[in-house]
Amino acid sequence: MEELKEKLKVQLIAQLNLEDITPEDINSSDPLFGEGLGLDSIDALEIIVLLQKEYGIKIEDTKKGKEIFQSIDTLAAYITENRK
Amino acid sequence: MPPHYFASMNNPVIRKYVSVDKRSVKVNGTDLLLNEQGADFGEFMKQIYHACSISYLKFFKMDPQSKLGFVAAKILLQDDDRDRFEPEEKAIVLANSASSLNTDEKYFESINDIPSPAVFVYTLPNIVAGEICIHHNLKGENTFFIQEEFDIQFMVSYLNILFSTTNTRKAIAGWVEVDLDDNYRAFLMDVEKEGSSEIQGNFTVDFIHQIFKL
Amino acid sequence: MTGPLKHPINITGTGVVAPIGDNTSTCFHSLVQGKTGIGRIMHLDTVHREVFPVGEVKHSNASLLSLAGIDERRGRNLTRATLMAVIAVKEAIAEAGLTDVELRDCALVSATSVGGMDKTEQCYRNPDYTSLDYVYTHPCGDTADSICALLGINGYRTTLSTACSSGANALMHAALLIRNGIADRVIAGGVDPLCRFTLNGFNSLMILDKEHCRPFDSSRNGLNLGEGAGFLVLESDRSVKSRGAKVLCRLAGFSNTNDAYHQTASSPNGEGAYLAMTQALESAGLEPGQIGYINVHGTGTQNNDLSEGIAIRRVFGEKVPPFSSTKSLTGHALGAAAALEAVFSVLALTNDTLLPQIGFNAPVEETGLIPVTGATKTGLSHVLSNSFGFGGNNSTLIFSKQDGTLL
Repeated sequence: MEELKEKLKVQLIAQLNLEDITPEDINSSDPLFGEGLGLDSIDALEIIVLLQKEYGIKIEDTKKGKEIFQSIDTLAAYITENRK
Repeated sequence: MPPHYFASMNNPVIRKYVSVDKRSVKVNGTDLLLNEQGADFGEFMKQIYHACSISYLKFFKMDPQSKLGFVAAKILLQDDDRDRFEPEEKAIVLANSASSLNTDEKYFESINDIPSPAVFVYTLPNIVAGEICIHHNLKGENTFFIQEEFDIQFMVSYLNILFSTTNTRKAIAGWVEVDLDDNYRAFLMDVEKEGSSEIQGNFTVDFIHQIFKL
Repeated sequence: MTGPLKHPINITGTGVVAPIGDNTSTCFHSLVQGKTGIGRIMHLDTVHREVFPVGEVKHSNASLLSLAGIDERRGRNLTRATLMAVIAVKEAIAEAGLTDVELRDCALVSATSVGGMDKTEQCYRNPDYTSLDYVYTHPCGDTADSICALLGINGYRTTLSTACSSGANALMHAALLIRNGIADRVIAGGVDPLCRFTLNGFNSLMILDKEHCRPFDSSRNGLNLGEGAGFLVLESDRSVKSRGAKVLCRLAGFSNTNDAYHQTASSPNGEGAYLAMTQALESAGLEPGQIGYINVHGTGTQNNDLSEGIAIRRVFGEKVPPFSSTKSLTGHALGAAAALEAVFSVLALTNDTLLPQIGFNAPVEETGLIPVTGATKTGLSHVLSNSFGFGGNNSTLIFSKQDGTLL
């Protein structure tokens, strides 16, 4: 799980063009949206693309994304449960 | 349009102008930053970003055209007093010849795989205007024209129309283009309806011809 | 602001091709009947054919070519956008009664978001397609050039592209040309074809509804894409007098603003929309209470309908005029949407009819706004049309009867 979390941080930084942010800057339990990383609705859609591309997970309902994308912790838990 | 149609109606002035291309960043015709190492587009934009002490994370998510327009506008408005005019009195009128072709192609390629929403949103030429509006809180008229080359006559006439028939008192006007070969040029002017204390020149076709070439 | 226009902008002709009809009269019939043009994809070649309903113009390109009355040899290199635009422009010219000589010095302002994209998609990197002709038809400006070449229009010509408000901005630009004495007659409007480019893009934004869209409904879940062309003939008083033209109505007010909030999302308080509506009212010299019908932008997305509803409440308070989203019947035609809806607004005004929308059950909780759901005959003097685009580009047009409150 920890390995997945670290991998996710690297993938998020690349997919979302998070300049000047390193994996160490992201705390696994911190909220991804709102303050902090400054992510917005388009970033949420890009995370959906990331999940589909890298983990074969398809999210059809954007509302569901809100719960899954709360933090690296929740994202990793969801991937572990649903990956193909 | 007739050349001097509006000559008598207003006397708009150019407060400042900025030009960015692959060689340099120029402010009022004077070099601000040179691309001495011949850095590629992305690298040069980053250098400008840091040189101008910009802190705006969204910048790195923008497509090339928006990045180019954004840095040019940032330098243009850096020393401007934001509160001199109401947001809705500030307009932006841009033009280029390739629309958003550079990003269109990038997005087009992604359709065969999983289309990227973050790329798709930039497949419109007016998004660069939107990004500038968001950052500088401009809420006036915003228009994007597609022209074969920068039509200075047209721009002068169009802004004069805005100044004389709408509540516009300030306008960011110019050319922003990143084409398929990564040739790029931004030329933005800060134009005001009435004379301001420090000006570069009058907003006339002849003067713009001079400064656009620099 | 400058107050009411001293030089009225007369509308003397309208033309339209839409998923609900090939001309103004069939469109009006569909609008009044609430007959939808949204359904299964028939002509666009896409993997999403069975997934997303769209508002498609019910013709193949070959069939559009014959509708446009263009010789097959000349039509070979025309895009779907040009074909639809020529049909709409021809209808508008015919209604205005412009002669070939009068047409020659007309200006043309055309708006689009994807231009010749549908043809490019068929040809680009296609090993079976060896010609490079699509390189010439791809740019946004090709449609305007082709219309002018085919119909013998030689005046000022320009193309603008500001996402989903493009069509409204074309009409505004036309009005400015007339108001400032640069042109006496302008044909202005917008066109956009359905293509994979936009279908996939809006799908990636996850704002396409797999069901028929339900604008301003609490259960709304996204938009359906559409296509079409709408063009209007706008004229100065001088032009109208000199040719004795019949005036349908006037473009009495307009405004374009920026929401300055987000590239794709509308602001929570609908600031850009609010500014566009209030400034358009001011430019027409009208009070909110004088508007008899609003053709809302109403895409059916969560975000737009909430934000637009809040802006409408801010402008009109408790006395919101009857309104509807005709996108419930046509889908969202992007760069053409505002032009289609300008034609529909003129039809509503000149026929004194409130246009109904379909797919409505329960109002959005936050605004409580209830659209018109049945066609109603009523006296109309002023109709307002909203069109908002990505990049925060917001536009409002106001159409008024000739004997309205104008100077």
